[in-house]
Amino acid sequence: MFSRDRWKEILEVLSSNTLRTLATAFGVGWGIFILIILLAAGKGLENGIRLNFNGVATNTMFLWTQPTTLAFEGLPENRRFNYKLEDVDLLRQNIPELRIISPRNSLRNSVGDNVIRGTESGNYRVFGDYPEIIEQRPIYVSKGRFFNHNDISERRKVVVIGDGIRKDLFRADEAVLGSYIVVSGVNFMVIGTYKEKTSNGGGENSEREIYMPFTSFSQAYNRADNVGWMALTAEDGTSISTLTEAIINTVKQSRKIHPNDKRAIGYFDLFEEYNRVESLFGALRFVAYFVGILVLLSGIIGVSNIMLIVIKERTKEIGIRRALGEDPWSIKLQILMESIFLTIISGMVGIIFGALVIFGVNTLLDVVGPVDMFLNPSVSLGVVLSALAILIISGLLAGFIPANKAIKVRPIEALRTE
Amino acid sequence: MIEIKDLHKSYKMGSNSLHVLKGINFSVEEGELVAIMGSSGSGKSTLLNILGMLDELDEGSYDLDGVPIKNLNETKAANYRNKFLGFIFQSFNLINYKSAMENVALPLYYQKVSRKERQEKALKYLEQVGLKEWAGHLPSELSGGQKQRVAIARALAAEPKVLLADEPTGALDSKTSYEVMDLIQKINDEGNTILIVTHEPDIADMCKRIVHLKDGIILEDKKVNQVRASQYV
Repeated sequence: MFSRDRWKEILEVLSSNTLRTLATAFGVGWGIFILIILLAAGKGLENGIRLNFNGVATNTMFLWTQPTTLAFEGLPENRRFNYKLEDVDLLRQNIPELRIISPRNSLRNSVGDNVIRGTESGNYRVFGDYPEIIEQRPIYVSKGRFFNHNDISERRKVVVIGDGIRKDLFRADEAVLGSYIVVSGVNFMVIGTYKEKTSNGGGENSEREIYMPFTSFSQAYNRADNVGWMALTAEDGTSISTLTEAIINTVKQSRKIHPNDKRAIGYFDLFEEYNRVESLFGALRFVAYFVGILVLLSGIIGVSNIMLIVIKERTKEIGIRRALGEDPWSIKLQILMESIFLTIISGMVGIIFGALVIFGVNTLLDVVGPVDMFLNPSVSLGVVLSALAILIISGLLAGFIPANKAIKVRPIEALRTE
Repeated sequence: MIEIKDLHKSYKMGSNSLHVLKGINFSVEEGELVAIMGSSGSGKSTLLNILGMLDELDEGSYDLDGVPIKNLNETKAANYRNKFLGFIFQSFNLINYKSAMENVALPLYYQKVSRKERQEKALKYLEQVGLKEWAGHLPSELSGGQKQRVAIARALAAEPKVLLADEPTGALDSKTSYEVMDLIQKINDEGNTILIVTHEPDIADMCKRIVHLKDGIILEDKKVNQVRASQYV
């Protein structure tokens, strides 16, 4: 099947009309080129968007409060309320599938600077958190340590500051760890700095937040047992989206919210959002394949057409071969192989050009710096292999009709053709 | 070698059919050189096509070297053609993008003979037809007589039991015709069975036996004294 003579013959036939072969090959190459470029562009978009989820526990929802819209159990509408620490325990009890519950309080940005160190000052967001928050946020400790449960129980006045704050308030040669900063009038010792896992976007406010133990925050800023915000992460294998209803019902009950009040409990389901984005990627891939394969299809029809013409031209030759005793299957195989060879070679050229364009775009991106929502467009080996598989199948399809036609002509009729 | 009994063949032409061969009884012994003559429409080409397994018979029987030839599928027919028959055509029918040697080697390729052996045999037969130096040339670089000699070498290459020639000199001038006939006679002298379809009496006279066909039946079947082509060359 892969004998030297057969290959020689394939090359002879395809090179006998070079221009026609090239024009035909262009159709297939163009199709696979479009397919590769579309898939790579989709992948670039996917990479760019996925970066925003990078390092975040995606199986997470956030919970906050908003004014009520319905009166309930003697309480008026338009009431402002806070969650309580007991709600956290209640959630933990009622919904064991929750892996992490991080209650949080925060200081709003007031007018003017709220953080002072010596002669430097700045306006930053300040959070009172539990240590587990670091698993839910896309940050990591770059220097020193994060606070722990001892800090929580002892209500130590310690903070972890963003690397951006360090740049704002400290000179490069100054020791950061162990130094003190004043946060809204209270002295805190800096025990660590954090950095964000992604360098994408952010800009001014990136790495410019202050984390301190929840209990220290509550005490320092008089929050008693109030909780302003919660981040809830479900166990792996359980989708947080399936727990949302139970969570909301639990807090509605304990906070005396009307069961039909749709506004009071504010929440954001990161997992749902993530899934929505994931399905968007799926749709993008589908469109890429759909369009790519349609373009490829016109190339394949081109190959099939040319093969039909080639068969027509070679009718007499096929007749001679059959008179000399060539097996019809051998003729069929020959035509199929010509077709597959043509599609694969032109497809390869398309893949190579696609890869070159992707390489060029990547080089360009490296030069001009990161672009929002677009990163590292690429195609995986799997995609290239499936493109090859598509090519082989299309080569077969393209050759199939001509090959059958070739052996349908009886040798005696083929010989009469001039 | 060839045994044909009560052969009928008709072609459908729209609603009515054309009865081309109307009961042919005919046999050929090994080593014979038979000319099949007849005007156009007499059925001589149809007979040759049936003998060459390029066409199927409607009625009757056809045995080739003791093997009954009937109800062949294309694969089997191709196999038999390759093993039993060598074809020589009026229009040479060489494959124009293959060199003379490759053309000669083609039937051997279908017999799955190894590449080296194919080349050796092809050269041997080209030498026999006097074209060894032309082995690397394409058909377009050869004259008509040379092309036909390549075609003869190709027909011989598979060492068939019977050579079938359809107007082998039809496209050649008389001098070249005689050269080709001389070659055919020499091949026949070596014991090969050859059938030639022709309408030229001088070519027919160079055979050992002449079969006249007319309107689908054998009009006359006689042995003749062979005229050697070499005297004209």
